[in-house]
Amino acid sequence: MAAEHELTPGSYIGHHLAFREVRVAEGPFWVLNIDTVLTSVGLGIIGIGFLWWVVRGATSGVPNTRQALVEVLCDFVDRQAKDIFHGDRRFIAPTALTVGLWVLLMNSMDFLPIDIMGAIWEHGLGLERYREVPTADVNTTFALSLSVWLLMIYFSIAVKGLGGWIHELFCTPFGSNPLLWLPNLLFNLVEYVSKPLSHSLRLFGNMYAGEIIFLLLWMMAGAGVVGAIFAIPLAVIWALFHILIVLLQAYIFMMLTIVYISMAHESH
Amino acid sequence: MNLNLTLIAQGIAFAIFILISVKFVWPMFSRKIEERQKTIADGLAAGEQGRRDLEAAGKRAHEELARARERVGEIIGSAEKRDAQMLEEAKAAARAEAERILAAAKADIDQQIAHAKETLREQVASLAVSGAEKILRREVNPETHAELLGRLKREI
Repeated sequence: MAAEHELTPGSYIGHHLAFREVRVAEGPFWVLNIDTVLTSVGLGIIGIGFLWWVVRGATSGVPNTRQALVEVLCDFVDRQAKDIFHGDRRFIAPTALTVGLWVLLMNSMDFLPIDIMGAIWEHGLGLERYREVPTADVNTTFALSLSVWLLMIYFSIAVKGLGGWIHELFCTPFGSNPLLWLPNLLFNLVEYVSKPLSHSLRLFGNMYAGEIIFLLLWMMAGAGVVGAIFAIPLAVIWALFHILIVLLQAYIFMMLTIVYISMAHESH
Repeated sequence: MNLNLTLIAQGIAFAIFILISVKFVWPMFSRKIEERQKTIADGLAAGEQGRRDLEAAGKRAHEELARARERVGEIIGSAEKRDAQMLEEAKAAARAEAERILAAAKADIDQQIAHAKETLREQVASLAVSGAEKILRREVNPETHAELLGRLKREI
């Protein structure tokens, strides 16, 4: 909403969907979306730090409300992990907790009213652009899903051994006949490619679409009084619905993390 | 929407957060939970033990009560027996006493009868003597007839 630009739908949406980029080196890759990184790291420190702070002061006696909240949260994640994963949960459960809580907090940034925040960034802090929702940045979702993907491969090899993993790549799911080696490998490659893609793009798509719909509604509201009369109730409905999406997507992302890592532990 | 360095930065941040969770947060959390589970389990066991103790104590009290009741019955029985015995003894004593008193009274009476007889005998003798004296005033000399009168006195 820079004053010197003419406010058109394209410029409005484009303005809100642009990242605050910092160029680190030459080349298209060496750009850091500083808004995404700062927001997500800040939220991670708040979330994980809160857990740490509460757990450090935790008592094994009667817990206070704060501790009970954290215990409910941890217990919920642990139960989800227990249902899916049969084995030592000392890694998978805290990983799932981290993913779930972090994604939830990052998704929740979508609740911030985008134009008010924009005004604060611009007029309060002098930042022309700042994207609040890290999970609407494809970098974040891919970073998460690729990390999970690497963990998946790591656990596949750690549990089955390198030979076992390669054997599984070639001999499952169709059989160990040499004629089936190629189809098996292709099938597995598709699976290995599709898992991180679907994992990350599902979250990204939902959050990005959520933002866009808000932007479209506010654009309608910006068009005039009639537009505002229509846009405000619709935005309220969408905001309520969005609460569900935020929670649901964080939950799905966490569950898929558990599922993928636990699948890596199972041999076919 | 380009993939860029942010991807790597986010990946590193994610790895650090996971590390903190796995190394610090979760172990502390599960330790507390295990401690609490242990506390609760101990408490439940103690409660169960207490319940069993109470049950045993109740049974023991019941037994004591039964034994005491039995003992009371015994004591009452023996007391009754003793009571009857004492009554019997008292009766016997009373009877003996009565007999003794009766005997004493009889002896007393006999003595008095004997005494009265003696007195009467004396009086009859003197009366007879005085009667005879009056009759035999002149010719009978008490000194000469004393032997005869003594025999008469003995016969009465």
